[in-house]
Amino acid sequence: MLECTPKEPLPKDARTTGSINPIKTCQPVGALYAALGIHGCLPHSHGSQGCCSYHRMALSRHFHEPAMASTSSFTEGASVFGGAANLKTSIKNVFAIYNPEIIAVHTTCLSETIGDDMPTIIKQSEIPEGKYVIHANTPSYHGSHVTGFSNMCKGIVSYLAESDGNPKKERANIFPGFTNPGDMREIKRIVTEMGVPSIMYPDTTGVMDSPVRKTYEMFPRGGATIEAIQDSGNSKMTLSLGAWSSDEAAATLQSKCGVPGVPLRIPIGVKATDDLIMAVKKGFGVDVPEPLEVERGQVIDTLIDIHYQYEGKTVAVFGDPDIVIPLVEFLITMGMIPKYVLTGTPGGKFEKIVNGMLEEAGIEGSRVKAEGDLFDLHQWIKEESVDLLIGNAHGKYIARAEDIPLVRVGFPVFDRAVHPLMPIVGYRGCLRLIEMISNVLLDRRDRDCLDEDYELIL
Amino acid sequence: MTMTDVNIDEILAPMPDKVKKNRRKHIVKKDASAGCRPQIEANTRTVPGIITQRGCSYAGCKGVVVGPIKDMLTITHGPIGCAYYSWGTRRNKARTDDSTPPDQIYSTMCFSTDMQESDIVFGGEKKLAKMIDEVVEIFHPRAINICATCPIGLIGDDLGAVSKAAEERHGIPIIHYNCEGYKGVSQSAGHHIANNQIMERMIGTGTEKVDGKYVLNFLGEYNIGGDAWEIERVLEEIGYTVGSTLTGDSAYATIKNMHTAHLNLVQCHRSINYIAEMMETKYGIPWLKVNFIGIDATIDTLRDIAQCFGDKELIARTELVIERELAAVTPEIERYQKICRGKTAFIFVGGSRSHHYQFLLRNLGMEVMVAGYEFAHRDDYEGREVIPTIKSDADSKNIPELHVKPDTEMYRPPHLRLKMSQEKYDELVASGVLNEYRGMYPDMVNGGIMIDDANHFETEELVKVFKPDLIFTGIKDKYVTHKMGLPSKQIHSYDYSGPYTCFRGAVTFAKDVAHSLSTPAWKMITPPWEQSITEQR
Ligand code: SF4
Ligand code: SF4
Repeated sequence: MLECTPKEPLPKDARTTGSINPIKTCQPVGALYAALGIHGCLPHSHGSQGCCSYHRMALSRHFHEPAMASTSSFTEGASVFGGAANLKTSIKNVFAIYNPEIIAVHTTCLSETIGDDMPTIIKQSEIPEGKYVIHANTPSYHGSHVTGFSNMCKGIVSYLAESDGNPKKERANIFPGFTNPGDMREIKRIVTEMGVPSIMYPDTTGVMDSPVRKTYEMFPRGGATIEAIQDSGNSKMTLSLGAWSSDEAAATLQSKCGVPGVPLRIPIGVKATDDLIMAVKKGFGVDVPEPLEVERGQVIDTLIDIHYQYEGKTVAVFGDPDIVIPLVEFLITMGMIPKYVLTGTPGGKFEKIVNGMLEEAGIEGSRVKAEGDLFDLHQWIKEESVDLLIGNAHGKYIARAEDIPLVRVGFPVFDRAVHPLMPIVGYRGCLRLIEMISNVLLDRRDRDCLDEDYELIL
Repeated sequence: MTMTDVNIDEILAPMPDKVKKNRRKHIVKKDASAGCRPQIEANTRTVPGIITQRGCSYAGCKGVVVGPIKDMLTITHGPIGCAYYSWGTRRNKARTDDSTPPDQIYSTMCFSTDMQESDIVFGGEKKLAKMIDEVVEIFHPRAINICATCPIGLIGDDLGAVSKAAEERHGIPIIHYNCEGYKGVSQSAGHHIANNQIMERMIGTGTEKVDGKYVLNFLGEYNIGGDAWEIERVLEEIGYTVGSTLTGDSAYATIKNMHTAHLNLVQCHRSINYIAEMMETKYGIPWLKVNFIGIDATIDTLRDIAQCFGDKELIARTELVIERELAAVTPEIERYQKICRGKTAFIFVGGSRSHHYQFLLRNLGMEVMVAGYEFAHRDDYEGREVIPTIKSDADSKNIPELHVKPDTEMYRPPHLRLKMSQEKYDELVASGVLNEYRGMYPDMVNGGIMIDDANHFETEELVKVFKPDLIFTGIKDKYVTHKMGLPSKQIHSYDYSGPYTCFRGAVTFAKDVAHSLSTPAWKMITPPWEQSITEQR
């Protein structure tokens, strides 16, 4: 497995170009996912059909759910003469055949390179009364799938959110960031538990974790309704979770409708969850209810009880910046040593933030890289290994090659079911992370130890 | 409703007129009494806005054909996505062997030039050249593939020039594919582009002759779930040598020498018939359409192959192996038949599987009511005899045709390759054994439906009409099917099972299908509080 990866460190500058085993993919898949978080929405990919097929495939493999989307099906002609005709035909056909409430169009690198003018084409399209077509530009040669998610969130705000000019309602908007439906559900629960009404979007609960009902519903019962999204301009504040995935949308909503955005991290780990709860408490003047206090206390209790199972272990973490940053913080809370931290998504502030946290914790000798890839990580591990890998499913090859346990977190996790339904956010998410991490380390110990060291009670 | 009552026009009724008119031509009902084969429209553009299952030319070229060549390092030239999605998603198993040590296997890795905005503006040739230099220095591959994606064609990077210059710098073959996603109308264009380059740049460049009395190449077999390995096991037990597979567990090192084989076996006709034909013209190697999916189909195929060589000993050995394998699997198959018999299915997949699996399902007592291909041409449905009548349109004209001539040194007439007389060879051709494919239509059940580029809407409607027990499909439709309360099996990736080929594979498949049908959860979808009194136990 991966035997072709050189054992020796590479000479300096031997590798400066391109990506080998990336930790990112392209914008449209994120935009498609975000669009699925609107109730009654059919995402539409404006480009050749291959991209759309790939994006649907990736989402279906991760969520084990249908991921519907239509495509402009460009062939060579459209690529030369522009895709306006294809998009107009698509919009007409989609409304006639599938009858969604809304079509959310995203571009691909093909339509971006041709320079199709989306707002104009949409304006010229036939849109039935009461239906909507929105769009986001998602050029794949810029950013990553996280950028695409962010761009679609921004598109949703700019097309739909409105302010009626009345005083703001005692209600929070939640921009949940590029997370699983299980996480979104948990975030909503926490805010509801505090007695604060909320509007979450995008909201893929009920869409990408929908139950089996014997009849297929092309537009499942979940997702944020268009009315709710429109009304979000009248909420008191926006909890913007994850700088990379949510901040732009929150800023747009702030300038468009005057709803202040509170930038927060995705609530992974104790501190980030505390921050979310404090923001809600401060923003709405509510008290933290007993059940949340109990949950928090259980996490701290567990951390104290079993810290020796993981404390001092070194770990390599990779994935999307909004997931990795709070995760690293939590690992530090656990007393673990994040030795290698990588994301594929560009953005210099990733390195600054992670290095800052490591420095504050007095952890030295770690390597942090934005725009990194798994080949980088593998090379580093060959120089000096770690006790644990945390990241998406692509890490399993390094895990096997170097015989290191892997805890799957983030996107994509193709090879595990149930995963997208189980939260890693909030205090409950903390417990789950602790459980996953300590279990693989214990399994590892049991597997490797001598017979005489194989014990029941640790 | 009986099968023959299906009213296709009624199914399509809600579509806009233009769409209806277009789609009508892609759907054909089998009517055995009609005598002639009806024409089906295929390999034409998908209607924009339709939820299609099709992919693109790049997916066909990199994803299906060249990506699995294990000892070649394949660089996708483009933004990150295309490379990312074709990374590890096809389960083309590969392993080390005499000619390919573990440190020469790259097929589980993903290489992308990861084009950024400035590269799109100023051109990506320099970046590509630099990446080639770097990967050569780091990995020392035997050969490199370069695959283009949509924006590359638009900005006009000259892959040929970059590859040629790099080839001179490094002294290894660097083969490029202009397989931009928008070319053609589906994956099919990419298969063709890949076939052309493999033919031009790989096959025939080696000098080693493959040892063996009967050397076969295996074309259009991608070793999903180990399919090719199971076939090879059986073939080798009979006494054949498999020179190379294209392209499952295949290596540049062996593809080079494919021209020395005696006979080409073609499993997936759609994705690889180009190479089969070109090898016939250039080297005189005849080809045989085979099908190792299904017990009866495997037996027929094994007998066909033996017949092609006409060696008595080989024929006897073939029968012996058939008998032995059959005895080993029959009791198990019978066990699963009890669950499967009488059930019906739909099957929608790529090039040839929608046809092949019908044989295996029949072995289990099941019938396929509706079958369709994502990216086939008319000949895949109607048989090769229609090829001369297929008009090429603008989209297919963009795919270059490669015209080959008999190779002055390496051509050996087909009958000599097969070690038989000209007359005997002519007889084999005339009887439709060699160089022939009859397509899916003759094997469809009467009243069944063939549907090209089936879309989501039609699938749902056809389910309402036929109420199948099981749908065989790819990942994009898999969970849709489950929500309908129907079991589904992925026939692209086998849901991480396999192999499904030959005798033992049939058992694995039978077990998987039986399990899909009988999983206890299907009976639990309605909760007890919603069941009527009589339903409650
Ligand atoms: S990188 Fe571009 S061409 Fe490739 S899949 Fe993504 S959007 Fe499509
Ligand atoms: S195997 Fe099927 S048929 Fe042939 S290329 Fe395709 S997806 Fe393949």
